[in-house]
Amino acid sequence: MTPLLPKCPLQLNDEGRLRHFLSLDGLPRAMLTEILDTADSFLEVGARAVKKVPLMRGMTVCNVFFENSTRTRTTFELAAKRLSADVITLNVSTSSTSKGETLTDTLRTLEAMAADMFVVRHAESGAAHFIAEHVSPNVAIINGGDGRHSHPTQGMLDMLAIRRHKGDFTQLKVAIVGDILHSRVARSNMLALKTLGCPDIRVIAPKTLLPVGLEQYGVNVYTDVNKGLKDVDVIIMLRLQRERMQGGLLPSEGEFYRLYGLSEQRLALAHPEAIVLHPGPINRGVEIDSLVADSPRSVILNQVTYGIAVRMAVLSMTMSGQNEQRQLDAEKQESL
Amino acid sequence: MRIQINGARLIDPASKMDQQADIFIDDGKIVAIGDTPRDFVADQMIDGNGLIAAPGLVDISASLREPGYGRKGSIASETRAAAAGGVTSLCCTPHTKPILDTPAVVDLILDKARDEGSCKVFPLGAFSQGLAGEQLAELFTLRKAGCVAFSNGLAPFKSNRVLRRALEYAATFELTVIFHPQDPDLAEGGIAHEGSVATFRGLAGIPETAETVALSRDLLLVEQSGVRAHFSQITTARGARLIVKAQARGLPVTADVAMYQLILTEEALMDFSSFYHVLPPLRSLADREGLRDAVRSGVISAIASHHQPHEADAKLDPFAATEPGISSIELLLPLAMSLVEEGVFDLPTALQRLTTGPADALELKAGRLSVGAAADIVLFDPKGQTVVGESWFSKGRNCPFMGHVLPGAVRYTLLNGRVTHKNV
Repeated sequence: MTPLLPKCPLQLNDEGRLRHFLSLDGLPRAMLTEILDTADSFLEVGARAVKKVPLMRGMTVCNVFFENSTRTRTTFELAAKRLSADVITLNVSTSSTSKGETLTDTLRTLEAMAADMFVVRHAESGAAHFIAEHVSPNVAIINGGDGRHSHPTQGMLDMLAIRRHKGDFTQLKVAIVGDILHSRVARSNMLALKTLGCPDIRVIAPKTLLPVGLEQYGVNVYTDVNKGLKDVDVIIMLRLQRERMQGGLLPSEGEFYRLYGLSEQRLALAHPEAIVLHPGPINRGVEIDSLVADSPRSVILNQVTYGIAVRMAVLSMTMSGQNEQRQLDAEKQESL
Repeated sequence: MRIQINGARLIDPASKMDQQADIFIDDGKIVAIGDTPRDFVADQMIDGNGLIAAPGLVDISASLREPGYGRKGSIASETRAAAAGGVTSLCCTPHTKPILDTPAVVDLILDKARDEGSCKVFPLGAFSQGLAGEQLAELFTLRKAGCVAFSNGLAPFKSNRVLRRALEYAATFELTVIFHPQDPDLAEGGIAHEGSVATFRGLAGIPETAETVALSRDLLLVEQSGVRAHFSQITTARGARLIVKAQARGLPVTADVAMYQLILTEEALMDFSSFYHVLPPLRSLADREGLRDAVRSGVISAIASHHQPHEADAKLDPFAATEPGISSIELLLPLAMSLVEEGVFDLPTALQRLTTGPADALELKAGRLSVGAAADIVLFDPKGQTVVGESWFSKGRNCPFMGHVLPGAVRYTLLNGRVTHKNV
């Protein structure tokens, strides 16, 4: 049985450059490094008095959030504005869907307003892929988080934080602690770390929060946090959602904190210069002790700054890849 | 009307016949195989040279969507699609609107099938009223109206106590009950097989135990009640092994598998394509191998299409928000041929699981090529090809095989000696 048409990688254009940014899956190390390098250069822009570059002047970016978000939405908004794009932000979670409008119709309506890029957050895994493949292939789609699947800009900003503070990925031990099962951040981080050559990626959680088949990511799985944190250079703590106490996943926040929470004593097990990351918003006293969250070892607030730079990098790279594809398509049309 | 089919290779799994012989049809029945009967003058000759003649396929689970879901399909459209797949008899599922739990709905379906259909249609009645799993449907009345077996689909019974009583009631009147074993609690929220692909793509998982826990319970209740039971849509290797053990200890249980489960695995979900969204879900490669083994050995004696046509909108959403199901009844024979070509089983075995296997499981008068039987026949070219989508009769285009080239091509389907599909 053979399909007649082979499938092309959805997020790359004919020249192999980004035209959508959906997932870190399938992106080569050189591309991730390019994103980090570009983000580094944008960090300077953020430090200037006038924080704007004209890379996306005249372009319209729609932030379409089907799920609540504060920091991701705002940093995307800032990133687009610093690139001189026109930005509109829609919280669709409450408006159109309750009127019975389908996702497809909502997006096609926005497309009709000549949007050049959608930043989409959605509660269903694969939503960004769906939009890029079936709804708006000629609009650049940036995944701002889809279900449990992927949060690629978060993954990249974590990588930027690690690179800026720790340098070479190939020398690092990195631990990801907490609710791996439901976490799109964990999935994106595992993929990014693997691609960037990190030799020792550890995931640490009780069995109820570990999905099956983690070995495919090339990670080492620990259920004992004290063993897992031994000598690591980077600790990525994940947010624990309150609803995980239902359904038998965990008995209580208190027990989770006692067993997996990042306290000063536990931090002492890691490398003396280890840094602590968290995608936010943090639950003080649930997954992380305030003393750790506010300590000099924590780079949690730096992550927010890096987030803007990484999003500027991803937005500008994807926009140019999408524009390039539009041009290629136009040339193809002409030659026909 | 007298028809003579010339020169075809006849394969009849029921009689283990496999030989070249002519078939003679008169008034909708097979009157002779081999030698020409005296005084037989054919009104129509069908050239069967190079073709295989087999009993028309029997599909024991297909959703026709009528009454109630006209955008997805109709009795006319879906039975026409079935004829294109070589099917002459099918069982339609009770998930209609209104639900198939009253004789009026049975009558409506049977009337429509007779007037507009291209297949014999055997309704599967709802096991409980409204499929709500609380109160028994009028099983005996429905049986008299024409239901051949009873199913609650994937909808659960409210309690084991109610299910137990329902089975005992069915056993009283020797009715056949169809189970779709999936524990709703273990499957809660799930949309994909709990395995590495679901993990990678962040899709909520349905564990293997959702099937095996329900199946184990069902088997024990079947044993206690003595009801005649059929297990539909087995998806796991362990589930198939539970059926083996039950049959070995003498329980009168049969089982079927969806054709697509023998072909596809969880791998198909890597691109989030909603065409692969089915319930119960596509499982692992090891499960598929276990299912293939069970079909080869006969533990699973039937392969069904589990045809579920949908309008385009039903599949146009992110994966989890789409409606589950694959439309593929019109590919039943070519898909079977692709498994034969792959060496999964030989052609007579494939045909057995698509004719007498399912017919015997639900005690249907169908699936045999013998003198005196209805002339329900499929004639196909084993060396031909089917380009999927070149023609398409189902209202549901939700078929993941669209655009594929499959081995084998149905040339004629005959129902009571009438040509319901022709492609020469």
